[in-house]
Order: sequence, then C-alpha cells, then structure tokens
Amino acid sequence: MNTVLTMIRRELGSTFTSPVAYVFLVMFLVLSGFFTFMIGGFFLRNEADLNSFFFWFPWLFLLLVPAVGMRQWAEERRQGTLELLFTMPVSVPQAVLGKFLAGWIFLGIALILTCPIVGTVCYLGDPDPGPIVTGYTGSFLLAGAYLAISGMTSAFTRNQIVSFITSTVLCLLLVLVGFPPVTGLLLKWGAPAGLLNFSAGLSVFYHFNGMQRGVFDLRDIVYFLSLMVLALVITGVALKNRRG
Amino acid sequence: MIEARNVKKYFGGKAAVAGISFSVRKGEVLGFLGPNGAGKSTTMRMITGFLPLSEGTVTIDGCDIEEKPVEAKRLFGYLPENAPAYQEMTVSGFLKFSASIRGLSGEAGENAIARAVKLCHLEKVLNQTIDTLSKGYHHRVCFAQAILHDPPVLILDEPTDGLDPNQKHEMRELIREMGRTKAIIVSTHILEEVEAICTRVIIIDRGELVFNGTPRELRARAPQGERLLVTLLGVDGDGARAALEALPQVRRVEILGREGESLSLALHPSGRQENFALTIKKALDERSWQFSELHTESGRLDEVFRSLTTSDSTGRKEGAA
Repeated sequence: MNTVLTMIRRELGSTFTSPVAYVFLVMFLVLSGFFTFMIGGFFLRNEADLNSFFFWFPWLFLLLVPAVGMRQWAEERRQGTLELLFTMPVSVPQAVLGKFLAGWIFLGIALILTCPIVGTVCYLGDPDPGPIVTGYTGSFLLAGAYLAISGMTSAFTRNQIVSFITSTVLCLLLVLVGFPPVTGLLLKWGAPAGLLNFSAGLSVFYHFNGMQRGVFDLRDIVYFLSLMVLALVITGVALKNRRG
Repeated sequence: MIEARNVKKYFGGKAAVAGISFSVRKGEVLGFLGPNGAGKSTTMRMITGFLPLSEGTVTIDGCDIEEKPVEAKRLFGYLPENAPAYQEMTVSGFLKFSASIRGLSGEAGENAIARAVKLCHLEKVLNQTIDTLSKGYHHRVCFAQAILHDPPVLILDEPTDGLDPNQKHEMRELIREMGRTKAIIVSTHILEEVEAICTRVIIIDRGELVFNGTPRELRARAPQGERLLVTLLGVDGDGARAALEALPQVRRVEILGREGESLSLALHPSGRQENFALTIKKALDERSWQFSELHTESGRLDEVFRSLTTSDSTGRKEGAA
C-alpha cells in the first residue's frame, strides 16, 4: 500500500511540474464551458439542470483523457526509467495501480474545478441535486474507464502519439456501439435487435446516459469498474511480458 | 550472494544469452566484459529481474528473482546502462522517491539520502531538475539511487561511462571500497578498470561465457606474454638486434621503430625468467650502449580480450574450459 502511495505521489508531482497539466486543465474547463453554453444551449433549454453539461463528456473525454494516459508507460519506456522502476522493489500490479490512481485523481481534480457551473445552475434556479451527484459520479467513472484504456495502449508502445490515437479509437468504438444514431442506422440495415441491444450494453454511452439523467444503477457502476479492471489487467500483462 | 545458473534468453528464437552460469560472493567485485552486443546488458537485465528469463535461475542471497521478485529487488541496487532517471524531477525529489519506494521514510530516509548525496557529491545540484544536469551528474544521480539503501549487492552497468578522469578515479575508489563488504557486478569496456577494481573477471561473447577467472589469470593468457621494451640511443638497428638475439635468454628481438638517434626494440624472453630486465641491462652495460627506456610490459589485456572474443573457435573453447 505504501508503495502505491509513493507511486501516486511521484506521478502527481511529475504531472503538476509539467506545463501539460495546466494546459490540460485550461482546455478542459474552456471546452466544457463552450459545449455547455454555446452548443448545448444551456440558456435556451431554460431548465435548471446540468444535462447540457454532462452530455458532452463522452465526446470531450475522448480527446482529453488519452492525452493524460498516453504518457503513462510510453514515457517511462522512452526515458528508460521503466528499467529503473521495475528493478526497484515494486510489483507490476502496484506500479499499474499507482499510475492509474494518480491519473484518475488528476482527472477528479479537473472535474472538481468545474464546480462554478454547479454554482451557476444553483444561482439561476433550483436544481435537483440527485442528477448532479450521479452525473459527476458517472463522469468520474467514465474518465477512469478511458484512462485505464489509454494507459493500456501506452503500455504497448514507446510512442505517445500511437498510444493517443489507439486509445481514442478504442474509446470511440465503446461510445459508438451504443450511440443511438449509429445503432439506429444498423437496425435499419437489418442488424438483429438482440445483437444491437447486446452491443449497446457494452457501450459507455449507454451506461453514462443513465447516470447523467440521475439514475443510480449499480449495474452501471459495475460496468465502469469492470472496464477499468480489465484494461488494468491487460496493462499489467503487457508490462510483464514485453519490458524491453 | 548472486547466483546465476544456466541463464538463457531468446529473442524471437535467437539466443541472445546462451546459458551462462556464475556466482558472486560477498567481498567480490566481478568484472563483466564482452564486446558490444555480446549480451552483457541483457544478462544484467535478467539478473535484476527486468527481463524475464527464458531458461535458468537467478538468486540474490537465496531469493529467486522470478519467484520472489520484490524481496530479491530489495537486496540490490542497480545502475542501468545510460543511467536513466525521471527527467522532470529534482535530484532531491528523485532520491526521496527512491528512498520511499525502498521503504526508507522519515529520519532513516533522510540519513540515507544525505549519505548518498555526500558519496556522490550531489550537494550543489539537489534542487535542480535532472534534465538540466550534465552527463556526469546524471550518472551520479542514478548511482546515488543505487546505493541509497546500502544494499548488500550492487549491479552496475558501465558505472564510469560519461565521467571525467577525476570522477572515474573516484568512482573506482568507491566501488573498490564498497567491494569489501558487498557483492558487486560491474560491466565495462575499459580493461584497465578491470585491473583497478575487479577481483574476478568473466568475459562473454555472443551470449556465451568465454572466460571466468582473476584479472591476473586473464593477463597470463596474453598471446604475446611478457616482453621488455628498450629504447637505445645511437645504435645501429640490425647490429643491435643480432647482438641481442645472440644472448641465450632472448628468444626474439623486434624492431618497433626508429626516431632520429633512438631505436625502439621489443625483446621477448625465451621462457619464464625472473630477472630478464636485469640480464638485459647488464648486457647493454657491457657494450656501453646508452638507453633512455627499459621497462617490462606484461601481457596486454586488450590482446587477450581480442583473442577471446574474435571468431577464432579454438580460443573460445580453451577459454570456456
């Protein structure tokens, strides 16, 4: 446990000494504001909720979260510090968990920094706190799932760009298999409904949507957590076998 | 302390390390030699548990590196090739991380860091980020990380690479000093270094062990053996050669070159002789020949190294025996 904490501290320390972290935070806040107010029509909807805010997260995270995860292992490999790390008394699961948690905490901080938007809705109206709580929980879980996937692609390469693109594509697939316009089109083309329901069940979009609307379903949480565990396990296996 | 048994590594069906066995005891400094690409770094990476072994076992003080990796890794400090370190961290931050991950916290951690900083002379750069450091400092930061927890085993991949001559000297002193109480493996290209610090040498070539012995035994394998270098002044070359070759103690005289008045010769003794240099000096004095240089050159390590690691298969078999 101490080892994991040490890993987390080092990762967060390194994150916040690099300008990339601040660029990320500014980008995230600007873009989430832009989508909410300009594209999501926050004011036009005339409703005191954060739907137009949370709605964009599966898409916004698609670009931003892989930017956080892509360097996790690729950078270690490039700098040669992977050799240093794995000859220290650190087990692979500890290292994987430490890095993942550090990234997740960073994304959590980014989400917390969006709190002015909650203030805005509260000032303008009287929102139901339920959907806000589940919306934030869902966003945090979604960010974690994307992060675990981009950490996984990062473990396979020393090139951050490759890692970024691969993880964006993987995450995009996870969105699209449950995205109504896509599933609708497939249904029209004659795909069996059972298969589409199944694929939708695999989609982050489907599970996030529920939470965004204020539905607190244990299955959604289990879905996100198992996605993370799966990606982290694959990361561990990749690191164990291909460390050169 | 370190026990490697029949260590093998295949990369895509090709053997990079083809079955190497050796052991290092406490108080030994083992020099690990070999040409580039011979499998030195691969072997070191397997000993340190970074690369999984294809076959064989490695134990550090009885701890199997594959079965109990974390326990085994506590027992050694490792300086990888090119001395990697987290570039964006400060030196003190990096050392604190290394201490903490080795379970040294609070006062124990601070003491360990202070000791390593002092040994590696890092006081001046403690608050600099690592990417701003020179190559020498870089190396010392990574070395500091390796000795931080005062481990019983040290594994150093080219520890003097990139250091200036003074730092090299200091690093060798440090390794020799630590070698009294620890088991150390040092890989190097520099043959003088082997003589300066190592108590034992192994040489590998194309993944195979071709020599395992003391530096002295290594030198004794020199194809040239011992020879005496003489520089004579104002003497005719062929005449001198004929006169010296006439001596029963001299097997062969080689003219190495002539520069103005001075003539350089290499004299090969016939068989082992205790006082070869003295015999020659007497002979020169008898003829009243002036000389400006007279020194014994023992077998040259680079020649041994070359003969062991070139494609000559007979040398290879002999060496492995």
